[in-house]
Amino acid sequence: MDMQVAKKKLGLKEKYQVMTRGLDWEPSYQKKEDIYPYASYEGIKIHDWDKWEDPFRLTMDAYWKYQAEKERKLYAIIDAYAQNNGHLNVTDARYINTVKLFLTGVSPLEYMAHRGFAHAGRAFPGAGPRVACLMQSLDEIRHAQTQIHALSNFNKHYNGLHDFRHMHDRVWYLSVPKSFFDDAVTAGPFEFMVAIGFSFEYVLTNLLFVPFVSGAAYNGDMGTMTFGFSAQSDEARHMTLGLEVIKFILEQDPDNLPIVQRWIDKWTWRGYRVLTLVAMMMDYMLPKRTMSWKEAWEVYFEENGGALFKDLARYGITMPRCAETIALEKDHLSHQAWGTFYNYGAAAAFHTWVPEKEEMDWLAAKYPQSFDKYYRPRLEFWREQAAKGNRFYNKTLPMLCQTCQIPMLFTEPGDPTKICYREVDYQGSKYHFCSDHCKEIFEHEPEKYVQSWLPVHQIYQGSCFPEGTDPSAEGFDPLAAVLQYYHLEFGRDNLDFEGSEDQKNFDLWRGQATKNG
Amino acid sequence: MAVAAIGKYEFEPADALEKFHGAQLLYIGWEDHLLFCAPFAFPFPPTMPFRAVVEEVLPGSFGYHPDFARIDWAQAEWFKSGQPWRPDFDKSLAENGLRHKDVIRFRTPGLRGIAGSCS
Repeated sequence: MDMQVAKKKLGLKEKYQVMTRGLDWEPSYQKKEDIYPYASYEGIKIHDWDKWEDPFRLTMDAYWKYQAEKERKLYAIIDAYAQNNGHLNVTDARYINTVKLFLTGVSPLEYMAHRGFAHAGRAFPGAGPRVACLMQSLDEIRHAQTQIHALSNFNKHYNGLHDFRHMHDRVWYLSVPKSFFDDAVTAGPFEFMVAIGFSFEYVLTNLLFVPFVSGAAYNGDMGTMTFGFSAQSDEARHMTLGLEVIKFILEQDPDNLPIVQRWIDKWTWRGYRVLTLVAMMMDYMLPKRTMSWKEAWEVYFEENGGALFKDLARYGITMPRCAETIALEKDHLSHQAWGTFYNYGAAAAFHTWVPEKEEMDWLAAKYPQSFDKYYRPRLEFWREQAAKGNRFYNKTLPMLCQTCQIPMLFTEPGDPTKICYREVDYQGSKYHFCSDHCKEIFEHEPEKYVQSWLPVHQIYQGSCFPEGTDPSAEGFDPLAAVLQYYHLEFGRDNLDFEGSEDQKNFDLWRGQATKNG
Repeated sequence: MAVAAIGKYEFEPADALEKFHGAQLLYIGWEDHLLFCAPFAFPFPPTMPFRAVVEEVLPGSFGYHPDFARIDWAQAEWFKSGQPWRPDFDKSLAENGLRHKDVIRFRTPGLRGIAGSCS
């Protein structure tokens, strides 16, 4: 006869305790430092892992149920968008180039974030941060997947999206986001958490996701907008984790402060340099603009970030010094970046163009200190030349910064007419930088950055041609070989938007959808 | 400072001279002409005469700019690593003291880019 036992049900608080901290155990036949070999070499001192406050308040079963429900809704919308040819509702086919930039430059970073948080979680001796990292790691791989699924719809109709993963590891401008994340995941677990968990997810994420998602909404791209909203509830948790990491580390030992401050300085700058791509997207690539890059920086960094660093002052943390340089760049960044892609439009996997007259007027209104004086003459010259059939395509490879890997396009702080050159001699060789901040990052860890895979130098070393290429053959065309290595099809994926297959197809299909044949 | 690492951390620089098949890198920028978004990187043999760089290579790289045809090379001011510098056009890059990954720039007095905008 079965005994009737009152079924025990755990209360929420108990369940939470059992399914997070309760999963941990004290090792008995292995030493703790052998199980967690990366826990101390960065110099961060943790005395009591139990002081960690779990920011997620989620257990795995609840996580699973909640995310599955969210994803069911998301995929229903993505399917409806695809079935109704939602891509024809975007403002203008130029918009689709922002999607190409996102898929090739950002989605692979979501996957890297998945790997990075999985690794950091494994490396931490505390059960609390381990569980939090596990959940963020799962969030990140979900984001990578949902982005790829949502954007794959565009790949059926438009060029440049066909091999985003291959391109991410090879194409010159994609080495900027790629090397940023590779730098973070090759650091120790604590630096990774400050780099990605705090500096990127907390301080800078609003400058990445809000512009893309609101840009999608403004420009009629409901598919992209939906994955953005779906990810938003996760992002809120990520921000909480990022902040908790900083507070926890700083409360554990006063010796941690200078290390953390240096990481915040470094990663705010590294992240900001990656956002150069977002700046030009906002000001130049969205047919219907949401706000200017400068306005976004002022709201999301100067105001919100300013308040954050005021809060952190009680731990001794100060605003990163690079904020002063960034303030001087905000009138120039997007213009200099777009000019660079216009220069190298033959080697990009998306289209470039000169803004129309009304768009230039918008830029002049948003950038009264800089646009008419420095950038309008350049753009108008390019437009005149293009009209004469002499569209500018720069065919000489640019000098790159050793740290951020961006072409040396940035100007001296306070003087937009002079390129900013910085250099260091290290072990008998010269290294060049776009800024004081990239130079300082190198000087702190030169052994790391001498290994930078700089696309321009790799091309000159002969590493960027398809296998079996003979560069000494007669009539060898290095640019053509590099584009083949990128899987970038000349004349379809690259060059000016004007006259592109994307432009023609979009006009044709939209005409069929809105008019009688 | 050194990288914080769990063991020995020493790696080859990715851009050592011997990886460039006999060439050395030279970076060249043209002041006040930011229509070219960044300075250029070139792989040149160290034996190449400086004159060949100016007369045979630079026109292909900078010639799109209407100011380029107006350059009086006798008036051009040169800088190496930001310091005033005077190249000998008839000597090679090596004889001019140019080493792997050196950066030089030139300024062309009187030429200030599209409509004087430094473009």
